[in-house]
Order: sequence, then C-alpha cells, then structure tokens
Amino acid sequence: MAKKNEPEFMLNWRLRAYRHWLKMTEPHWAHLKVAPVDYQAISYYSAPKSKKDGPKSLDDIDPEIRATYDKLGIPLVEQMALAGIAVDAVFDSVSVATTFKEKLNELGIVFCSFSEAVQEHPELVEKYLGSVVPYTDNFYATLNSAVFSDGSFCYIPKGVRCPMELSTYFRINAANTGQFERTLIVADEGSYVSYLEGCTAPMRDENQLHAAVVELVALPGATIKYSTVQNWYPGDAEGRGGIYNFVTKRGKAFENAKLSWTQVETGSAITWKYPSCILFGDNSVGEFYSVALTSNHQQADTGTKMIHIGKNTKSTIVSKGISAIKGQNSYRGQVLINKGAEGARNYSQCDSMLLGSECGAHTFPYIDVHNPTAVVEHEATTSKIGEDQIFYCQQRGISAEDAVSMIVNGFCKEVFRELPMEFAVEAQKLLGISLEGSVG
Amino acid sequence: MLEIKNLQARVEGKQILRGVDLTVNAGEVHAIMGPNGTGKSTLAQVLAGRDTYEVEGEVLYRGKDLLEMDPEDRAREGVFMAFQYPVEIPGVSSSYFLKTALNAIRKHRGEEELDAMEFLTLAKEKLRLLDMDEVFLKRSVNEGFSGGEKKRNDIFQMAVLDPKLCILDETDSGLDIDALKVVAAGVNKMRSPDRAIVVITHYQRLLEYITPDVVHVLYGGKIARTGGADLALELEAKGYAWLEQGGAKGAASYAS
Repeated sequence: MAKKNEPEFMLNWRLRAYRHWLKMTEPHWAHLKVAPVDYQAISYYSAPKSKKDGPKSLDDIDPEIRATYDKLGIPLVEQMALAGIAVDAVFDSVSVATTFKEKLNELGIVFCSFSEAVQEHPELVEKYLGSVVPYTDNFYATLNSAVFSDGSFCYIPKGVRCPMELSTYFRINAANTGQFERTLIVADEGSYVSYLEGCTAPMRDENQLHAAVVELVALPGATIKYSTVQNWYPGDAEGRGGIYNFVTKRGKAFENAKLSWTQVETGSAITWKYPSCILFGDNSVGEFYSVALTSNHQQADTGTKMIHIGKNTKSTIVSKGISAIKGQNSYRGQVLINKGAEGARNYSQCDSMLLGSECGAHTFPYIDVHNPTAVVEHEATTSKIGEDQIFYCQQRGISAEDAVSMIVNGFCKEVFRELPMEFAVEAQKLLGISLEGSVG
Repeated sequence: MLEIKNLQARVEGKQILRGVDLTVNAGEVHAIMGPNGTGKSTLAQVLAGRDTYEVEGEVLYRGKDLLEMDPEDRAREGVFMAFQYPVEIPGVSSSYFLKTALNAIRKHRGEEELDAMEFLTLAKEKLRLLDMDEVFLKRSVNEGFSGGEKKRNDIFQMAVLDPKLCILDETDSGLDIDALKVVAAGVNKMRSPDRAIVVITHYQRLLEYITPDVVHVLYGGKIARTGGADLALELEAKGYAWLEQGGAKGAASYAS
C-alpha cells in the first residue's frame, strides 16, 4: 500500500486490520449457498485498469447487457463508459460534474474519492474512519479495512443542506473503485444530504467478490438519506458466474439525527448485506426500505439491524422480497432495544412475493427487547403472484410480461416512493427487465 | 360477430362444456341463464382465453379464429369480459392500469396513444356517464373495494376500453338493488348497433333492467333452450327443474 502514499495513521490502521483478519474465518450463518472463494487469487490492488485490456467497442459487449442499456435508454457514450470501454473523447457528464463541484465548494461540501480525502482531509478521515464499522467488525469488513483501494468521501458542514443528490454516477469515469470500496459520509450538526449509490445499468466487472464498507455518521440534528440501486452481473440463467456482493453498511445517528437507507437490489449472484442503524442519540430515527429481487439462481440474504440505544428512538423497516424462477430470498433483520432506550419504537413490515413454484422466500426476524417501555411491531406477508391477477390484466389488453412488471411494481410502491424521482422511474424499468422470462 | 360451434371444455379431466352452439350478431344483447355449475362461467372464461381449460371446437369472432389468440390479443381485438370476481392489484392505481390497457389496445388498432391529460378527460367523461366518483381513478385497482364497487369499476373499464363484444359474467351477483340499477344503466348506455353484449346471469332480476333480444339456457354443458325475453320470465316462474322434465326438447332447433 506504500504505493498509494498514504499517511501513517492510514497504514497502521490497515496493518491492524490485516493482522486481525488473519485470525478470522469466513462466516457461514446466512441462508446462502456460497462456492469457496480463493482469497489468494484476488488482485488486491490494481492500478486504474489499462484501457487497452478492456473491450474495444460496444460490439465486444455481451448482447444481453447491451439490450438492457437500450431498454433503460442510456445514451451511447455512457453505455461505453459503463461497459469499460476507453472513452477519451469529451464526455458530457465531465462538464456536468465540474459545475456541480463548484457549487458544492461554495457551500463547503467535500465530495471526493477516498484517496483524495486521505491526502486533503486527513483529520476528518482519521476521526471518523472505523467509528461506525470498526476494523474488527466482521470477516469481510476487516478484509476491506486492510486492502480497500478507493471509494467515496463526503462531508457536509454544520447546518448546510446539500442542494442536490450526490451520486457516485458523476464519477463513473473518474475512478475505477474496484471491488473493495470504502465510503464514508459525515453529516455535521443540522445538515442534510441525499446520496445515491450505483446505477441501474449492469456494470461490466470481472471481480467475483465485492466486499464494500459504507459508514454514515449523522451528527446531532443531521439527516442522511442513502439510496442504492444494485444491478451487478447476476450470472447466467444456469447460475454460472455472477458477482458475490458481501457488503457492510452501517450508520450512527446522534441526538435528533436521522438515517434512512433505501435499496433496490436486483443484481449479483449472491447478495449479503444488512444496512443498519445505530440509534445512539436520544430521539434519533432510523429507516430501512428495501426491494430485493432474485431470479434464475440468484440468492439474497438481506435486511437490517436497528440498534436502539438512545431514548425515544424510532425505527421503521419496510422490506419487499421478490423471488422468481429458482431465486432464493431471505429477509434477516434484528431489532435490538437496549436497556436505556426508554420509549423506543419500531415498526417492521416484511412482505414476500413468489413467482413460480421453485423459488423461495424466508424471513428471519430477531427481536431483542431490554426495556419494558418499548413498542415493537412486526408484520409479515407472503403472496404468490396470482394467475388471476395476470389474467385480469391480459383480459384488459396488457401482455403477461407487462402485467407481472406492473403487479410487482405495485407491490414495491412503498419503497419506490422513498427513492429520488428519476431513480424511482429507472428502478421500475429495471424490475420489469429483471423479471423478463419469469412468466411462460 | 361471434359464432360458436360445438365448443367443448374440460378441466382436470372433467367435461364442463359439451358442445355449445351459439351465434351472436352485432347490435344484439343475449342473456345466458342456467343453474349453478352448468358451465356459464366456463363459457365466459374460455371465450376470454383463460388457459386452465382444455378446449375443442370452433369459435369465430369477426371472422377470426378466437381460440388461436392470446388473451391480450382477444382484448385488443375488442373482446371484454366483466369478471364475476374482479381481482385486486395492490399498489397499482386504477388510472395507471386503465391507461396502460387502453394504450395497448389503441396501439394494436394503429391509433395514437393517449397522454395523461387526454386519458384523464376521457376517463372523467365515462365516470360521469356511470355516476361514479373520480376518486376511483386514484385508488389501487379494486383494492379494498366493496363487491358492488368492483363490479361498477369493471363496467367503467368497459366504457373506457370501448369493446366490440362485451361478456358480463354474473355481474349482478352480490349487488344490492341500487348498484344493480347503476350497472344496468351503464350497460344500456353501451348498447349500440356495432356492439354485441352477452349477459351471463343466474337470476332473471338483472334482465328487468337490461332487456335481452335473445335468451339462452345453458344446461348440462349445452344450450338447452333459446327464446326471446319472455323465456327468462318463464324460467323464473317454473324454475330450472322444469328443463329436466323434458322442457329442453327441441331447444337446439330454435334459430336466433
């Protein structure tokens, strides 16, 4: 890592993480079938990929991925960038990104790559890195801490309301962040930020294992809204290939602060993630809205943890799982009310929808209450997409495929309305595309 | 408009329709009556294209082989069925659902798709026609609707989609008298020389408000008797048991 010319605190932190990782073993408690991963075979640091190795033109890209780009209506230059094709010509979003950065600078907002932050704002990084997800946290987070190559850093100063959605999309050709991505967002007192991660387009990627870490710090009175659309390569219809997405995402909310996670997970062969909230300060609020779709041989074990520490803390969980063909979908969530969390409240709703008879939906709620004043509600439903619902739509002139997409989108409405507008529209299209071929 | 010849339908090996013959011309209203379990709903479902049945026979719709078409293509060609039990689609607004359906049909006909404003204008006009509240458009399709509201919503959809052949499958069941009158008035407004309407019902009650041109009795999986509007009254007076006692004789010879 000396190659990255990092300050000493960073190097020491990585070394501590690495030594700790050597003593750990892979966890196997999730409801997933995972083929063994060879950690020696992984390239832990790749200098920005040589553009010569990538595909030369769109003709070299999997036609199915290209068809998806077209259906999503992605402009050609952006298609090329997403597919990893060298785009040296001036790219529309570069100029967009520049004006965008100027505006943020005026407000004192820092939004840059992680390596830039380590050089330019070491005091902030040193103070907050690992403050929510310590390097000892879990196998994959520890591995990430030791070897993470880059990621995003964001700081919103006191009382500032970030005027636009911050999106990693603006940096798509600025940094190839690779498989061990690290994101740290710090919202200072009374500030607000909405952050979008990912992109609805399937990214070309040769890395099998993705072990990212996202840490959110919401200081007193701050609000962080974090939205994800994940659509990495899920493998083919037979279950060959595809990304393993083992991500640690967690936020810490101080007094009167609010954390809101919204995720739409349609990609990856295996998704394993639990965006969580530590409701540390009094009156802090945590939210988790999730749509997870598994089709073909995809597997997902996802959910959240709401850890109530402060008084009068509130959390809401809305999870929508959709399983099609042979997909397996598990919701796993923990609601922990600590002894001192006087007046804490949680509401959880977990709905599953099945398409076909070979797929599965599983729910594992863990509720742990140590304060008698807490109010915890949990609701769960499982429904099978009805033949008669599809027939009803068909009888009105709507094709079976459009009918399924419409019914599933209706099922996910409560989550989609939490997404920023354009993202929600894309997410709806994406669900439709991901479900193609699931009705016969 | 519709010509059915020797239509047979089986479900899980059980024969339900045993050779139905029926001709319906444009501008006519036909009523199909019969006791429970005699195949009335099966007939409606088979015509609409439900794939749970094994079907034999021939059905010509405006000169085309109806049985060869997918359900959505039948709908786009102008076949509409009002459901005995309209289904709920949570989270999908009625206006979005109906606009999608209408535009799929318009596209099929080679017409311009309607934008949101044009659709809303049309939908509101039809709602007024049926004396229905605009709030229907905002609610999820049939979700939390009463039985009567669901039936009215189906008739509203029918008015917007402007079909050629309307099949009403026991639309009167579960309706109170006021709702029945509203539904019947809606259907009567849909009567037109280039449209045919087939009303499937168990009771004569609906036919007090919708006067049919032809009444058929479906019994034992066949059209057992065909007559004019007065046949319904005769059935009401004598009951279906009357058919068992030889009343069915000679039915097939009645040409409509």
